[in-house]
Amino acid sequence: MRLTTGFKAAAALAAAALLVTGCSSSDDAGTGTDGSTGKASGEKVELTFWTWAPNMDKVVALWNAENPDIQVTVNKQDGGDPAVTKLLTAIKAGSGAPDIMQAEYQKIPTLVSSDALADISGEIPADVAAGFPEGIWNAVTLGSEAVYGVPQDSGPMQFYYRADVFENLGIAVPTTWDEYAAAAAAIHAADPNVYLGTFSATDAGWFTGLAQQAGASWWGIDGDAWTVSIDDTATEKVASYWGGLVEEGVINNKPMYTPEWNAALNNGTEVGWLSAVWAPGVLEGNAPDTQGKWKMAPMPQWDAAKPATGNWGGSATAVTSQSKHPAEAAEFITWLNTSQDAVNALVTESGIYPAYSPAQAGALAEPPAFFSNQPDFFEIAGETAKTAGSFTYGPNVNVAYSAYNDEFGKAAEAKSQAKFLDAVAAMQKVTLEDLKNSGFSVKE
Amino acid sequence: MSTTHPRAVVTAPPTVPARRRKPGLRRKSAAPWAFLAPAIVLFALFLALPIGYAVYLSFRAEKVSGLGLGKGTRTEVWNGFTNYVNALSDPEFLASVGRVALYGLLVVPIMLGLALLFALLLDARRSRAKTFSRISIFLPYAVPAVISSLLWGFLYLPGVSPFYYVFDKLGWEVPSLFSSNLVIFAVANIAIWGGVGFNMVVIYTALKAIPTEMYEAAELDGCSQIQIATRVKIPSVIPSIIMTCVFSMIATLQVFAEPTTLKPLSNTISSTWTPLMKVYRDAFVRGDLNSAAATSVIIALATFVLSFGFLRLVQNRAFGQEK
Repeated sequence: MRLTTGFKAAAALAAAALLVTGCSSSDDAGTGTDGSTGKASGEKVELTFWTWAPNMDKVVALWNAENPDIQVTVNKQDGGDPAVTKLLTAIKAGSGAPDIMQAEYQKIPTLVSSDALADISGEIPADVAAGFPEGIWNAVTLGSEAVYGVPQDSGPMQFYYRADVFENLGIAVPTTWDEYAAAAAAIHAADPNVYLGTFSATDAGWFTGLAQQAGASWWGIDGDAWTVSIDDTATEKVASYWGGLVEEGVINNKPMYTPEWNAALNNGTEVGWLSAVWAPGVLEGNAPDTQGKWKMAPMPQWDAAKPATGNWGGSATAVTSQSKHPAEAAEFITWLNTSQDAVNALVTESGIYPAYSPAQAGALAEPPAFFSNQPDFFEIAGETAKTAGSFTYGPNVNVAYSAYNDEFGKAAEAKSQAKFLDAVAAMQKVTLEDLKNSGFSVKE
Repeated sequence: MSTTHPRAVVTAPPTVPARRRKPGLRRKSAAPWAFLAPAIVLFALFLALPIGYAVYLSFRAEKVSGLGLGKGTRTEVWNGFTNYVNALSDPEFLASVGRVALYGLLVVPIMLGLALLFALLLDARRSRAKTFSRISIFLPYAVPAVISSLLWGFLYLPGVSPFYYVFDKLGWEVPSLFSSNLVIFAVANIAIWGGVGFNMVVIYTALKAIPTEMYEAAELDGCSQIQIATRVKIPSVIPSIIMTCVFSMIATLQVFAEPTTLKPLSNTISSTWTPLMKVYRDAFVRGDLNSAAATSVIIALATFVLSFGFLRLVQNRAFGQEK
């Protein structure tokens, strides 16, 4: 408890300090542009912003009220995939792109590869990077000197479980993957209709998070060539582990996000979910009858001494290569994702989990409504978020993800541990060949 | 009625140009073009041009250099027949073609057989509640494929399906329709459910056009109702059956909505489950429009060859008497 308040106070202090520096640095940037360029001071800059986050216009209204010279207009998009398709079309056409764009982390290399995003490394304050977990920051730099966006939200993974079921069966909450496997077996043995979880072959992002936790980073840049390492030992370890559980039959093999899965969460035949920090919203919608029965714990670990997690979901805000006002756009996205006011508004209006660590404590004081029985929800989430490993996405994530669906679909259907390892090898082959066929320099 | 009417139209035109021949050559040559212009412009803009562009794209490729990050790293180049060779040698594509062939062998005979059976039953003299039956058989056709796939998807999932609930209560072990051997039946069932009604209406309309004197003559000759159905009605509606068969074959080659909608519910429907799904994946998931264009051209050619080959094969039998 003392640690809790101490942590909160420290975080609030840090947030306040950063807020001050944030303001001063943006002032510097403002005078800098006014003084150095030929732009007449007081000229009004209009920026458009494509995003699908709910109620983003309300957050942007705060900025517009304080910055009459830089007015931002929100243009609501349908979601991550359609927005990217639209943006790429506009980039190919040479006009029609917005100034600012919400971009999921795994799409950033694809967008950069299509020359859709501007490098804003010269436009944002140098200390911004320090406020983000390393893994997240890496996703907007692609491991280079360039900066292609400012992270907005993240999805650090945790273990969600039905506390009542664990208590009734006298099972301790698993802290390692061995304990998770034992718990899965015990729960399934107690009632053959009940599973601790499912291996979903339709959620590539979920498996990516699990592989990231084990230390995988599927793409990389080596000199001026890409590397693909989906078949590294970390991913093989994860695939083999889940293949074993599915083959044993103690973990289900059905996809997530089906009516059947929703029903299973609600009627208590699925009593656990390895998910991300946004899970409470999903559970609230899919399993309303289980209110108050769920709890969240850090992920089970491969090495208890070195706690780690992965990310499932999350996006950054980026400036497009067609923007005529990259400096102003960068100033806005820095404010949006790192100022306490904006982050508070993002949490309350858009319901996101902010990626910017210093602003988290101030914005996430209360646990999510569905987890009101767990007051330390966001403290655990914040602790786990710091342990997310670094993961580099490549320019053909979509190819790898669709190969995941196809190959792991076969493996899950076959319920065979060996086929899970075959699926990893097939993903590696498909992804690597696609890069080579497209002409990318690839180092093997 | 319907067979005599078109002939009247066909014989009429020769008299019309004959009258117009007098007013001079210029008007004679301009008038038809003026009338054809809207159709030609629309055809050119919305059919010929896109097809031409797709063919053009199918011979091109986008090549990336280096890391592919930053400006000017992507260039479009000529690629010859490489996209075609890649598509035709892709085992996934060949598997999807085989799958669709099997699917067609399931769907077309069962759907048309049921449509013919229902049409004959509705046409039988002793049937009751004809309008109600006709509408209820036709109604599934009015349900969009995506919606019907979602509805059936719910019914296929053992965890939420009322059928599986009953099977469970009865103690029956019924395998999931999403298991790898059965999934093709799950998809075929949706197509049959949605398609029977439309084809039934087409065949039923043809049956209604048969003059009743034929039945009276057959009855006088001692035909039973079943013999009338097999010896008089079915031979008379063969042209309609062939037409519905061609339409169904084309629809089969283009099957997309049902498996795409069921895909997230199962492990067994891959992203290249049908040829058109491969086109979609290449174009919108992989962002490779050129490969997608090549595969589309192959599918279009195959559809063309199959439909016209089939028509030629059955032409004499179906339309021989009209010549």
